Amino acid sequence: MTTRTRLYSLEELNDIPGTRVFTALRSRQAYHLHKFCMSLMDATNRDAFKADEAAYLDRFRMSVEQKQAVLDRDFNKLIDLGGNIYFLVKLSNTDGWSAQRAVGSMTDMTPDEYAAMMRAGGRSIQGNRSIRGKN
Amino acid sequence: MAKITAGIATSHVPAIGAAFDMDKTQEEYWKPVFDGYEWVKEFQKTEDPDVVILCYNDHASAMMLDVVPTFALGCAEEFEPADEGWGARPVPTVVGDPVFASHLAEQLVIDEFDLTLMNHMDVDHGLTVPLSLMFGKVPEWPVRVIPLAINVTQFPTPSAERCWQLGAAIRDAVKSYPAGLNVQIWGTGGMSHQLQGPRAGLINPEFDNAFLDKLSDRTDELRKITRLEFVRESGTEGIELIMWLIMRAALGDKVEELHRFYHVPASNTAVGHIVFRPVD
Repeated sequence: MTTRTRLYSLEELNDIPGTRVFTALRSRQAYHLHKFCMSLMDATNRDAFKADEAAYLDRFRMSVEQKQAVLDRDFNKLIDLGGNIYFLVKLSNTDGWSAQRAVGSMTDMTPDEYAAMMRAGGRSIQGNRSIRGKN
Repeated sequence: MAKITAGIATSHVPAIGAAFDMDKTQEEYWKPVFDGYEWVKEFQKTEDPDVVILCYNDHASAMMLDVVPTFALGCAEEFEPADEGWGARPVPTVVGDPVFASHLAEQLVIDEFDLTLMNHMDVDHGLTVPLSLMFGKVPEWPVRVIPLAINVTQFPTPSAERCWQLGAAIRDAVKSYPAGLNVQIWGTGGMSHQLQGPRAGLINPEFDNAFLDKLSDRTDELRKITRLEFVRESGTEGIELIMWLIMRAALGDKVEELHRFYHVPASNTAVGHIVFRPVD
C-alpha cells in the first residue's frame, strides 16, 4: 500500500472553538433541510412558507428536530443538525433579516452588541484558535 | 494569442451587493468600502478587458445540494443572477464565452484537472458583487465572463497547492488560445470571516495582511497553508482565500502590485482587494 501524506488528523478540525466544519456526512444529514432552504429561492415557495410554515415544512423529509429548529430560527441548532450557513441564509433572507443578524444570532450577543463588535474590528483570534491549546 | 494582462482579487460580501443595489454607497458605514474600489473602476476603463476568468464560489445557489463539484467551469452563453431568497439582484445578465470556455476545459482536463462543466447555471453574489465593484452600475457588463466555481464550503475543499497548480495550468491554457483576447483573472472571497457558530464574527487582520504581503513574491509560504490553518486562523469562510491563489498563479512568477485595499468590516467580513500586473 502506498503511504499517503496526511498533514494532520481530521480530529484536529474539532479543536477549533465554536466551530463546526461542514463535511460530506453533514451535507447528507442536512440534505432535506437544505432542499427546503433552496426551495425558498422561488417567490411562490416563499409565499407558501410564510402562509403556513409548519405545513410547508411537511413537504420535506426533514427530521422533527430540523423542522422545529427552522420554526425557532435556531441557527446554531440547525448547524448542529448538519446545516450550512449558505443554505440557511435563504431562510433568513426570506425573513428579511440581514446576514449580520442571522450570523450574530449564533453568538451570545444581541444584534446591537454583535454589530458593535464588528464595527470595532470583529472577534479577536486571541483565545479562539484552539480548545486544547487555549490560545 | 490570448494574454492575461491583470489579476484582481476582491471580497464578495452579499451585504456589499445589497448596499450597492439600494444606493447606500455614500452612507457613513459603506462609503469607506466603496471608496476602496474607485481606483480599480478607473483602471478598468483604460484596461478594457475582453474576458474575465472569474474564480468564485457558489453559495448554495446553483450547486452544493445535489452535486458538489470541486472545480466547475461555466460554458454557457449567459448566466442569470440567482434569486438568493430576496429576489435576484437587479444587475445585467452575465454573458459568457462558450468557445473560449471550451478551449479552457479541453486544455485543463488534458492537464489532469478533472473539471465539472456547467452548461446551465445561475450565478449568485459571489460572482456579481465583484462585477459591481469593478464596473459600477452599468446597463450591461462590459466584459464576457467565464465563471470558475470552486468548492470552498464542503470539507475537504481543494488545497491551496491544488488551487495554485490549477492557476498555473490556466495560464498555459490562455496562452495557447489563438484569438487575440485581453484576459483578466479574478480571485474572489475572503478575507478572514466566520459566518457560523459561537465563534462567528472572527476577524484576523494579522493573517489577512500577511497574506496580502506574501501574495506578490512569497507565494511558496501561502501554498503551504493547510485547510486546518485557514479555518483556524481566518475562519470557516476565510478559506475562500484559496481562490486568490488560482488568480495569482495564473499571472506567472513575477508581478507588480498596482493597488491594495483592506477594510474591516463589511457586515461580518474583512474586505480585501488587490490588483496585479504580470511581469513577463
